[in-house]
Amino acid sequence: MEFFEDWPQYFEVAINWSDRLLAGLWTTIQLTLFGGILAFLIAVALGLLAGSPNGWLRIPARVLIEFFRGISLVVLLFWLMFVLPQIWMRNPDLPFRDLVYNTFLLGVIALGLNYGAYGAEAVRASLTTVASGQWEATTALSMSWPHKMRRVIFPQAWALMLPSLSNLWVHLLKGSAIAYIMPFVSDLTAELNQLRRPTDIWFSHAFIGLVVYFILALVLTLFMQTLEARAKHKLGRGPSIREILSPAPKAIVPDAPVAASVTEPKSDAGADVPPRSPSEGGAR
Amino acid sequence: MPTPNDAVGIRPAEAASSTSPEVPVIEFVDVEKRFGDNIVLKDLNFSVRRGERVTLIGPSGSGKTTILRLVMTLEELTGGYIFVDGEPLTHREKDGRRVAVSPKEQKKLRTRIGMVFQQFNLFPNMTVLENIIEAPIHVLGQSKAEATAKAHSLLEQVGLPDKADQHPLSLSGGQQQRVAIARALAMDPEILLLDEVTSALDPEVVGDVLNILRKVADTTNVTMLIVTHEMSFARDVSHKVMMFDGGRVIEEGAPEKIFSDPSQERTKQFLSAVLRDA
Repeated sequence: MEFFEDWPQYFEVAINWSDRLLAGLWTTIQLTLFGGILAFLIAVALGLLAGSPNGWLRIPARVLIEFFRGISLVVLLFWLMFVLPQIWMRNPDLPFRDLVYNTFLLGVIALGLNYGAYGAEAVRASLTTVASGQWEATTALSMSWPHKMRRVIFPQAWALMLPSLSNLWVHLLKGSAIAYIMPFVSDLTAELNQLRRPTDIWFSHAFIGLVVYFILALVLTLFMQTLEARAKHKLGRGPSIREILSPAPKAIVPDAPVAASVTEPKSDAGADVPPRSPSEGGAR
Repeated sequence: MPTPNDAVGIRPAEAASSTSPEVPVIEFVDVEKRFGDNIVLKDLNFSVRRGERVTLIGPSGSGKTTILRLVMTLEELTGGYIFVDGEPLTHREKDGRRVAVSPKEQKKLRTRIGMVFQQFNLFPNMTVLENIIEAPIHVLGQSKAEATAKAHSLLEQVGLPDKADQHPLSLSGGQQQRVAIARALAMDPEILLLDEVTSALDPEVVGDVLNILRKVADTTNVTMLIVTHEMSFARDVSHKVMMFDGGRVIEEGAPEKIFSDPSQERTKQFLSAVLRDA
């Protein structure tokens, strides 16, 4: 079997990172970062509007969310890359010509719109999950809408929305591989595909592709988990980051020792039952 | 030497001078509240004088809590008018029609009203101190130093001087409710609404919370509208008791009269049921 005889040779190339692969990796990272930031801003803006009681704000936001959630990312990219520039080609005097020909920017916008629309739902849903008593307390203290949102409601919703946002960001990273169809943008996938053609070392490059995307996703996930732990700690639930990382961890603080938001009265029988350990719960 | 009023920071001088004493601090005129087809309050008329402490009693579902929530603008008023210091809180009559007041006018009146909730509703993303100073700084425009000094003195009064930097969720229910009382008082309310403030507490801490409220009642002339099932507390602190049933006031009067010699059969039934439980 020729494959096994050549085995070491295939993997030698795995450590031989060409400049082009590094450049492709850097493009992928940039697409993920800028796309993620844009998606987050769009998600927060549309999520807040979609939760508004005012129909003039809510309905346009809903239409945008449904539209950008419903269209295919590939088709959106095709449209931005190949249809939009035609308009400028025929009318060279239109403004923003440079922006329309900046395919990297268009890629970031496509990723931001598509994943931002998904994220908007996560933001809206987590805002509605914040206890109604919290909203009432802000009204009783005469806080303005921006004030209550910024200082009370959003910080609590933040801890709830992070797991969904984390998921979406990993999706966006992997979605950024579609950028390989874009002219003048050579992300990691595009470079791997380029290398496939003139070389016979596609095996190891495909392998690099698998591993690198996995590692990038892992880094994103760890980062978002850190944010989530920090957000929960700020709400008085769960240990601080320092406690989590310390070599001698203290006993894990149980979730919400005093049931502040629980409406039903405590039953006396329940008080003596020790808290169920996570392993017991998982065994069911 | 601080006077009792300084201690809890109620603004008696301002409050008294801002309007003439004859103007009721709260006035309900033909108030109606419905949720869909369900009419909770109908043709409700009553007024509360400045410094008066009024307890609303009655079976659950009789609309007592709804009255507090209407005053706090947590519910939309579906009919009639509510006046605070003689000014319309939600709607005014103009050319024979009900017209909503501007948000700005409403906010001006609302900052004079404070509320303590059954479920405390402290902000879990802030420490105890931050909970208390947030609105005085950002809504009333107090300096941070001023608000913090006031918060510490309020925490002292509610018996929690050492809890300023704790998270609300690390406190017991009774402690959380005392912080919530301090938070409401930090806004210098003219009107304090107490909505079943001891109902979510363990029986042994109910007394602590009620004693703090008795002290607030004794040392200030803040107007209080109270919904409670603690009849001895109602008897001690209130000037007037109003008995509700089916969205109407069926009897009102001094607590001594209502509790010892009610004129309505329904009030007798209700009181005997409640007092038997106690």
